[in-house]
Formats: sequence, structure tokens, C-alpha cells
Amino acid sequence: MNIYGIAVLAISYLLGQWMGEFLGSLIGIEANVGGVGFAMMIFMLLKEWLVKNSLMSLEMEKGIDFWNKLYIPVVIAMAASLNVKSAISSGTLAIAAGTLPVLVSFIVFPSILKTFKPKEDDHSA
Amino acid sequence: MTIAHEIIEKNGLIFAFLVIGLIVLVAEIISRKIFHSRIPGSAIAILTGLILGYMGGFLTGGEKGLADITLFKGIGFFGGAMFRDFTIVATAMGASFYLIKRSGVLGLVSLLAGIVLFFFIGVLIALAWGFRDAASICTIGAGACSYIVGPVTGAAIGASSEVIALSIGTGLVKTIAVTIFTPIAAKKIGLNGPEAAMAYGGLMGTSSGVAAGLAATDPKLVPYGAVTATFYTGLGCLLCPSAFYILLSLFF
Repeated sequence: MNIYGIAVLAISYLLGQWMGEFLGSLIGIEANVGGVGFAMMIFMLLKEWLVKNSLMSLEMEKGIDFWNKLYIPVVIAMAASLNVKSAISSGTLAIAAGTLPVLVSFIVFPSILKTFKPKEDDHSA
Repeated sequence: MTIAHEIIEKNGLIFAFLVIGLIVLVAEIISRKIFHSRIPGSAIAILTGLILGYMGGFLTGGEKGLADITLFKGIGFFGGAMFRDFTIVATAMGASFYLIKRSGVLGLVSLLAGIVLFFFIGVLIALAWGFRDAASICTIGAGACSYIVGPVTGAAIGASSEVIALSIGTGLVKTIAVTIFTPIAAKKIGLNGPEAAMAYGGLMGTSSGVAAGLAATDPKLVPYGAVTATFYTGLGCLLCPSAFYILLSLFF
């Protein structure tokens, strides 16, 4: 059943969000800290467990894959509902402070990657 | 005509499926016929989304782009945080837990580097534009991190509402800049695998920007970028109004 797959996704999502909110309140800020990241890790662990115990059916995978594929359309809808007008009209400071660090990051990125990337000969599984 | 209007208003989300479907279709055709697939259809579609968002803001003066036009309200729901985060989690279907664990240090380093870099360049720009009080400078620096870190920081340290609005604007510009520049820069900076995507997500932070930028670059990279980017805003909200603010108030 498709819905089983979606339900697995849903429980991972909700648990992750809860952990993110909890971590946020623990360190005393009004923000969700890593909710999506926790949800992804819970989901990956659940998925691995289901596959290992042959509980993941093709139908379930299809249910999850549907949402996976819907991701780009969602991002397009998100782009269309951003406050682009106010971003552009909030003046030169906002445009400079919003763009310059991004460009500097492009310069810094390769060296961070080179220094901290795990070695390939780590016996990849 | 009014009946059609009513049906669409009552079924906003369904209408959004149709509209986004049409945008993707047109973008795909433009990509193939005009650019010979050198610019991916998804990149053109996302850019189209941004342009429509601008037009929506221009027509209504609202804050949610196209979604402020009642006819297109469903697009705001479809592109809202709930669907965004749910579909991002679903992309983990194709991700390897092993790779993410292995690159944990890389992710952490790039998160810290990203927040420090964006904050302090934001601070320098605020100084260059003539701000001299710690609260304003700190809020603008926080806005350079993301449009959530900015107002959270501003509210915590008591910045003026103009400065908070400015920090939101700065964060929005960043999201859009990351969306547009990621697919353009990807090849040159070596953004081509899971580890690189994790480092990129941490360095850039903005979940929406990283998600959209990677989607237009290579959808396989999305889960890896998202898994680190999701910690950025929280870490920024933690550091900016505390350690960074204290540091700045020593000088201003």
C-alpha cells in the first residue's frame, strides 16, 4: 500500500520537527534547529531497517518516491511566493549584503572542500 | 466567469498543481528549443517562479509574491514550509546515511565557516553604509545569514523596526542570489558530489536557496545540501544575538 510509505515519511517528518523544536527550546531560541535534518536521518534509518527486514514493498517505495519527485514543483511554487519585490526594493545595502557574501563563499568553498573532505581511500562501503 | 473564479478559489491547491505543471512544461520547452538543454528546465522554471513572485508583489503590494493574488493562493500553500520540508525529507530516499555520517566533520566546519563569513561580511557592509550602533550592525549581519536569523536577532537585541525590515530584505536577497548563482557556479567551484553538496549546504545555509539552487544543478545533490543547511538557521539564531553581539558591543 502506498500509504504505508507515506506514513513512514510522515512519522519521520513529525519526529524530526519535534526534535528540532525541542533542541531550539533547549538552547533557548525561538527557532526550529535542524528539524528537517533530524527527520531525514530518522527516515533513512527507518528505511534501512525496513529494507533489511524485507518490509519495504515496491508500492511503499512508490508512495515515497511520489513526494520525492514533487520536490522541484514545490520549490517552483516557493519561488513564486517569495517576497521578491521587497527584496529588490529594500535598497543597495540589502542587495550588497545579500549578494557579496555569496560570491565570497564561492571563492572560499573549494578550499574548505579540499581541506576537510574525507579521504577516498577510507574504504567506502 | 464568476463561477470559474469560485471554483478556483475553493480548490486553490489543485489549481496550483495546474499552474506549476504549466510553468514546468513551458520551461522544459524553452530549455530544449532555445538553450538546447544547456540550461536545465528546472532552473528556468524556478527563475520563472521568482519573476512571477516579483510581479505578484508589484501588483498587490503584499508579502507572499504571486500567492497574494487570491486566484493563486494555493501556490503559497503548495510552496509553503510544510510541503517544502516534507518533500525535502522524501529526497532522503535516494541518499546514503553512510556518506552523511562520513562527512559530518566537513558539514560542521562549513556550517561554522558559513555563519561567520556571512555575518562578518554583513557587518562590514553595514559599517560601510554608515551604521555605527552595535544592535543595527549585528541585526544586518544576522540578516546576511538568513531572513529568519535577522529578525530573530533584531528582536532579541532590540534593533529598530526599520533595521529589522532591512535584515529581512537582506536575507531574501541572499536566498534569491543563492538560487540563481548556484547552478551557474556549480561546475567552477567543484560542486559535483554528495560531500561537496553537504559542505555547500552548510556554507550557504539558506534552506530555500540551497534547495532551489541544487534542484537546478543536480536533483541528486538536494538531500545532502539540505541535511546541513537545516542546521544553519538554528545555529545562526544561537550565535548572532549572543556571542557575535557581545563581540560587536566591545567595539561599538
